[in-house]
Amino acid sequence: MDKDINIKVKVWRQNGPKDKGHFETYPLENISQGSSFLEMLDILNEQLINEGKEPVVFDHDCREGICGMCSLYINGHPHGPDQGITTCQLHMRRFNDGDTITVEPWRSAGFPIIKDLMVDRTAFDKIMQAGGYVSVNTGGVPDANAIPIPRHDAEMAMDAAACIGCGACVAACKNGSAMLFVSAKVSQLALLPQGRVERKQRAKAMVAKMDELGFGNCTNTGACEVECPKNISITNIARLNREFLKAKFAD
Amino acid sequence: MNKINSKIPEGPLAEKWTNYKNHQKLVNPANKRRLDIIVVGTGLAGASAAASLGELGFNVLNFCIQDSPRRAHSIAAQGGINAAKNYPNDGDSVYRLFYDTIKGGDYRAREANVYRLAEVSNSIIDQCVAQGVPFAREYGGLLDNRSFGGAQVSRTFYARGQTGQQLLLGAYSALSRAVHRKQVKLYTRYEMVDLVIIDGRARGIIARNLVTGKLERFAAHAVVIATGGYGNTFFLSTNAMTSNGSAAWQCYKRGAYFANPCMAQIHPTCIPVHGEFQSKLTLMSESLRNDGRIWVPKKLEDAQAIREGKLKPTDIREEDRDYYLERRYPAFGNLVPRDVASRAAKERCDAGYGVGNTGLAVYLDFADAIHRLGRDVVEARYGNLFQMYEKIVDDNPYETPMMIYPAIHYTMGGIWVDYELMTSIPGLFAIGEANFSDHGANRLGASALMQGLADGYFVLPYTIQNYLADQINVPRFKTDAPEFDTVEKEINDRIDRLMSIRGKHSVDHIHKELGHVMWDFVGMGRDAEGLRTAIEKLKEVKKDFWTNLRIPGNKETLNVELEKALRLADFIEIGELMAHDALDREESCGGHFRLEHQTPEGEALRHDDQFSYVSCWEYRGEDQDPVMYKEPLNYEFVVRQQRNYKS
Repeated sequence: MDKDINIKVKVWRQNGPKDKGHFETYPLENISQGSSFLEMLDILNEQLINEGKEPVVFDHDCREGICGMCSLYINGHPHGPDQGITTCQLHMRRFNDGDTITVEPWRSAGFPIIKDLMVDRTAFDKIMQAGGYVSVNTGGVPDANAIPIPRHDAEMAMDAAACIGCGACVAACKNGSAMLFVSAKVSQLALLPQGRVERKQRAKAMVAKMDELGFGNCTNTGACEVECPKNISITNIARLNREFLKAKFAD
Repeated sequence: MNKINSKIPEGPLAEKWTNYKNHQKLVNPANKRRLDIIVVGTGLAGASAAASLGELGFNVLNFCIQDSPRRAHSIAAQGGINAAKNYPNDGDSVYRLFYDTIKGGDYRAREANVYRLAEVSNSIIDQCVAQGVPFAREYGGLLDNRSFGGAQVSRTFYARGQTGQQLLLGAYSALSRAVHRKQVKLYTRYEMVDLVIIDGRARGIIARNLVTGKLERFAAHAVVIATGGYGNTFFLSTNAMTSNGSAAWQCYKRGAYFANPCMAQIHPTCIPVHGEFQSKLTLMSESLRNDGRIWVPKKLEDAQAIREGKLKPTDIREEDRDYYLERRYPAFGNLVPRDVASRAAKERCDAGYGVGNTGLAVYLDFADAIHRLGRDVVEARYGNLFQMYEKIVDDNPYETPMMIYPAIHYTMGGIWVDYELMTSIPGLFAIGEANFSDHGANRLGASALMQGLADGYFVLPYTIQNYLADQINVPRFKTDAPEFDTVEKEINDRIDRLMSIRGKHSVDHIHKELGHVMWDFVGMGRDAEGLRTAIEKLKEVKKDFWTNLRIPGNKETLNVELEKALRLADFIEIGELMAHDALDREESCGGHFRLEHQTPEGEALRHDDQFSYVSCWEYRGEDQDPVMYKEPLNYEFVVRQQRNYKS
């Protein structure tokens, strides 16, 4: 049964990209364990506003685990201690009375901090713009059933396509690598006949952009897969490596 | 003379769109490059429109409130997208999709618009497959379909419980390609704060850079609003936290008519409210009603014992359960349209049969489905939804029935548009949920995705050319025009006024007050007395807002509370207009249920002789009542009937 708990939240405060930043600890009383983690932060902000202080800035939007907007390192884990969920799906029943909860932003060279817990993830958009698509214009496409796709392939493509672009993989990686994110898109499109036409060009362009933007290399640590809220598998990274090498050898 | 001209093309229903396309004006490729189009929003409608217009050669500026276009709230749509492909050979057709949508909307939508929507639906599926959207497939490799409410065929295409995500990522990838090819310039973390009109035409916007807090000016030959609905007027809804009605409201205040504001959809299957600090409600996909059975206890004493925690749902014997949808609507059963299912749940709870500790919940039970299909099949179909439910409620829906209750989900009302999707301001267009056009008084499940993509991929790229063809000699606008100065000053004054209130309540505090008034008096069941009460109470909320609001920080910086305050100021006024419209419409239709107007069985009772019109509201100034014009809905092709889902 859910009950009310008293906690302390130790939050990273940073007033802009150039500010040095520091932790501040705030006590919170009578937090219902039925509340979500972000509702707990709402309560903290309500408390700060009532005290005339500036609320903590954090990204969030759909609050149902699909938009990829929420982030946060919670007690040393991207999206908190539970596996397979986003921060907005984390609930306070995961914490105990008296806990001190440490909340930090994504920390990675690829994602500069904007303010407090909010970071800039436009690098992901740039990687997508480099080649994360099938080059078709609107209209003039064949009937949807013209090309049968084996169910297994469609399901594997869907597994990869489930990526929400939150950046937890980068934040979890000691090298700050974006390989899981890139490989998910490359895999999805390489598994489908519609995407195969441009597979070589795509793998090269997305990897090149990823490197250019300062993301690190993959050393097969596997932290990304463990922390991914959508359980995207690192077999996608293996597929990306194959796609990339095949494309390079074909040059 | 009637001020409303919907510009419906002549001719038989099935030929109108073809005739329109054959005779509309086009812009040649060399001229397209000289024309700028602003698209506000990057959801299904906005992203598909921006990408398609960019591909055609127009110069597109696309604005997005989040950090990436991929986060727009279309992404949260779960169940699927309708199309009239008739792949299952179960009797579907363009006409039948049209008819179901018109009927589902309780005969308050335009026939010609809805027919066009059904007509282009098939192209959407083709387009998405070509983009690499991984729709669910049969073992033979062809596309799979499932059923949704209000239909007797299986016409819904889906990608697990994440169809909206996959369609949006498809549109986002097309948009990303257009950005790469410099056909679209993307502005992320920008929020439109006003519309700029020059010589009676929409010529630009002012947007607030949410990172710097600065106001910036953007000019164009046409402006497209694709900013979604205003469901967050109710505070608690299934919409995302930043979903708001402000762009639409700014257009209204600059002269665009607002149509059918009272028509809001209440979705029957959401996770019930748990406490006062709840920030939003989570939807459980309508697709669950394919296999889940909805019930409450038959006996009041059982319901009471459940509420007190003395009995569990699994303790209630089969003969003591009331599967009220199957009982009341044998032909459609658990798959009645959303408005009908929501009202039926409220009726049972109001009568004392509700469950959960608040009594405001009903059961959605999968025991039969698990028995019939096996747990594996149920898990394959709904696994992610079950997981989502378990995370929030801490109950395992494989073992105990889910609890659900209706919540605000979608707004059918919105900016008035003609057949070309142009508003009453020349050069201003509205697409997707932001307009009012296709769903009448109630939207069917899996039709929002269809409409958003229809507007963006296949309708607007045609119709906007009919307008822009006359604009090819108009040079690019400069943003130092006096019209920009005036509008920017007005916004700056408004922001200063908000910052100077320095009261004691947070934005959320007042937003919750607004939400309570809306849900209690402008919610699922409305009557004249309650609506008048709402109008009075909303005046108090407005006064509280403008005297007691507290916004910390400064205006020219990242200031989330200021963003929320600007939106809330508009939500309060939207709420007022919703109440006025609901009071005016003395009939029940679709999601608008006036308690005074129901059949002896408690079904919605329309009055076609008096209310067969779209209410189009015109803004007349701060302290003046808006004026309402009527766009008559002349049904030429469909015979209107009392909606019947019983037999």
